[in-house]
Amino acid sequence: MSEVHAETVPFVRDTMLPSAAPPARQSGVVLWLRENLFSGPLNILLTLAGLAAVWGIVSHLWPWFAHAVWNASSIGECRQIIAERHGEGTTGACFAIIRERWNQFIFGFYPAEHYWRPTAVFGLMMFAVAPILFSESRRLRWTVLAVSAVTSFAACVALGAPDRVLLAVGAGFVALAALIEYAPRRALAFSVLYPFLAVWMLWGGSIWSPIAVLAGFALALVVWRLGARLGVGLLGLALGVAAAVWWWAALGPRVAADLQGLMPLALVPVESRSFGGFLLALTIGVSGIVMSLPLGIILALARQSNLPVVRTLAVMFIEFIRGVPLITLLFVASILLNYFLPPGTNFDIILRVIIMVTLFAAAYMAEVIRGGLAALPRGQYEGADSLGLTYWQAQRLIILPQALKISIPGIVGTFIGVFKDTTLVTFVGLFDPLKQMADTIRATFAWKGAYWEPYVFTGAIFFILCFAMSRYAMYLERRLKTDHR
Amino acid sequence: MRYTAFLATVAASALTAGVALAAEGDTLAQVKQRGVLNCGVNTGLVGFAAPDANGNWSGFDIAVCKAVAAAVLGDPSKVKYVPTTGQTRFTALTSGEVDLLARNSTWTFQRDTDLKMDFAGVNYYDGQGFMVRKDLGVSSATELDGATICIQTGTSTELNLADWFKANNMTYQPVNIDSNAEGEQQYMAGACDAYTTDASGLAATRAAFADPDNHVILPEIISKEPLAPATRHGDNNWTDIVRWTLYALISAEEYGVTSANLDELSRSSTNPDVQRMLGATDDYGAMLGLDKEWAKRAIAASGNYGEIFAANIGEQTPIGLPRGLNALWTQGGLMYAMPFR
Repeated sequence: MSEVHAETVPFVRDTMLPSAAPPARQSGVVLWLRENLFSGPLNILLTLAGLAAVWGIVSHLWPWFAHAVWNASSIGECRQIIAERHGEGTTGACFAIIRERWNQFIFGFYPAEHYWRPTAVFGLMMFAVAPILFSESRRLRWTVLAVSAVTSFAACVALGAPDRVLLAVGAGFVALAALIEYAPRRALAFSVLYPFLAVWMLWGGSIWSPIAVLAGFALALVVWRLGARLGVGLLGLALGVAAAVWWWAALGPRVAADLQGLMPLALVPVESRSFGGFLLALTIGVSGIVMSLPLGIILALARQSNLPVVRTLAVMFIEFIRGVPLITLLFVASILLNYFLPPGTNFDIILRVIIMVTLFAAAYMAEVIRGGLAALPRGQYEGADSLGLTYWQAQRLIILPQALKISIPGIVGTFIGVFKDTTLVTFVGLFDPLKQMADTIRATFAWKGAYWEPYVFTGAIFFILCFAMSRYAMYLERRLKTDHR
Repeated sequence: MRYTAFLATVAASALTAGVALAAEGDTLAQVKQRGVLNCGVNTGLVGFAAPDANGNWSGFDIAVCKAVAAAVLGDPSKVKYVPTTGQTRFTALTSGEVDLLARNSTWTFQRDTDLKMDFAGVNYYDGQGFMVRKDLGVSSATELDGATICIQTGTSTELNLADWFKANNMTYQPVNIDSNAEGEQQYMAGACDAYTTDASGLAATRAAFADPDNHVILPEIISKEPLAPATRHGDNNWTDIVRWTLYALISAEEYGVTSANLDELSRSSTNPDVQRMLGATDDYGAMLGLDKEWAKRAIAASGNYGEIFAANIGEQTPIGLPRGLNALWTQGGLMYAMPFR
């Protein structure tokens, strides 16, 4: 007799039974509810309390939103319409204030006939950042570009831009799209030139001024390269900076003026005082974000440097800036500087605020990046050294790519913080969208008393923008994920 | 030795500051050269300064800016309105960012002396009052003992409130707020029994409520708030221009000169005061460094004082303020322009 199982057992089933459905209480929605919401007395209690809280809030706020009025010319009219529709004593949102003053919430006091300029600038911004931010995914890049180009072009049309402007903007979008598609590396040149274009379009004036500023940078680069070829090292860099400063201070403005005389090409100038609403928040926020990252990297590296002077200066700067509130810096920018600058100096208020916000953000950025640098194992630094890389080569090729990747959540957190902090400019008399613009609009008797509506509106827009940044950070983290967790 | 060096440094910097101030001296010349008047205004106060949907400012204080611009530059629209907050307003003036501050600022001793400003004359006599809900059953501020009161921090109203309650041996619970809009919300939500601010502000707030009849403004006015346009200390000619522009507006009401009959009266008026003011006889403008028709243009900008009052905050507007203290002296008020002589 064999001891084989099949021969000792009289019957062996050779096909599997079809699996039976799990008991109703162990599957689907019921299971999910049981496991996640009602898995024990404490959880049942918490779930019920949570539901009650949600219900309390929603039932309280829902009528306010449901009764919202979008078409009215004053809050009094809003109240009348709500009373007519829903009976006496009911309350409702009067979003008519948003509709009526929409342009002021978005553009502040920017002249209405030039609304297309900021609109086009922010459309072009996506073309400037897309080759950098969305270099990996073609589909994503095109989605972003198509959406921003179409909306910004449509907005230009709706805002009554002249035909030749529409033609130029449309042609610009198409040309840039082609550039990004067929010559991605060239497209980066546009990204570099974009800030100058944006400044010119937003503030207007002669196009030769931003070109003169750009020429200063070019001059510095040329001198530095020449110095490097001649082998004078750091001296070349210093000479380059000196040459640029000389150009900006002495020759540049005159050359720009002469060129303007020869070849007049100018937009109507717009004063900084006219900026307000989300235009102001985005101008300050985007400039602060874009400039604080490189500055923060330099500061972080300086703080880790072996050169005592550089290190001490970096530590002093970072600790000083982090030690004072942003509002202090804004007050310094707006008020104290007036006393130190010679009378009659017209140092642009938005520029001052941007500088202060950038310095503030850079100090925090430096510490975030230093965290990333500190997280790298020592072996990475030693490995770079053993390969014979110079300091900058090691930073660029080995250290920073890893450190920045680690720091992404912190960096984006700082970005979001900077963007939201732009509303603090209300304290120096600029028209931030959240408080000052709303307060000013409420100073017209027709809208006095419309308190929550602007807050809800502004809050919603801020949420959308910040949430988008946060989602992008998550996308970036996923894309750069190289560990094998 | 080091002490002397320190003193010398201080003296040198004081001297430099003095030179800097002197360089700022001639505001009139600067304004004329610039071709635009920089006028510091409120960032938004119902009836006094507010932009419309197209960004055009209007209001009681704005009218002062327009009148001065019309007198000096010949065009009431040549004004750059610089919105200033409670914190930035005086520095904006002393640092030279604005030429004139027409921003419902109370004329006080300290501001006149210590803060180095000159006040050109009162354009609105305000005073601090209280508003309560009708069902609170209070008819006088003296019954507010122990009440919670919404009060804007960092303003002179806050100090007045403390002084007044102390003087009347009463106590109160302050609820600190940051802006008028916030104060209204707190008051409506029942966070405080009474809301206190300038009476003009209370009237506007009450008028904007959904149920104005359920709120009363108590009769007591507990402080003097003479709101006055301000200029930098030290430029007397410029202060004179602002002062006499204001007086021209007030005198115009007194003499019955309105924007409607201005042209006619400037030719045919037999009143010697009006003749001098409107430049029909004598050249008073030259004494200010202006031309003959300066006052005529100032009045043409938005009418005389009474017209400005009626158009922005008067009883025909939703705000509905009575003239009260701001009536002419001939009608029992305090508005009294110095003679054009």
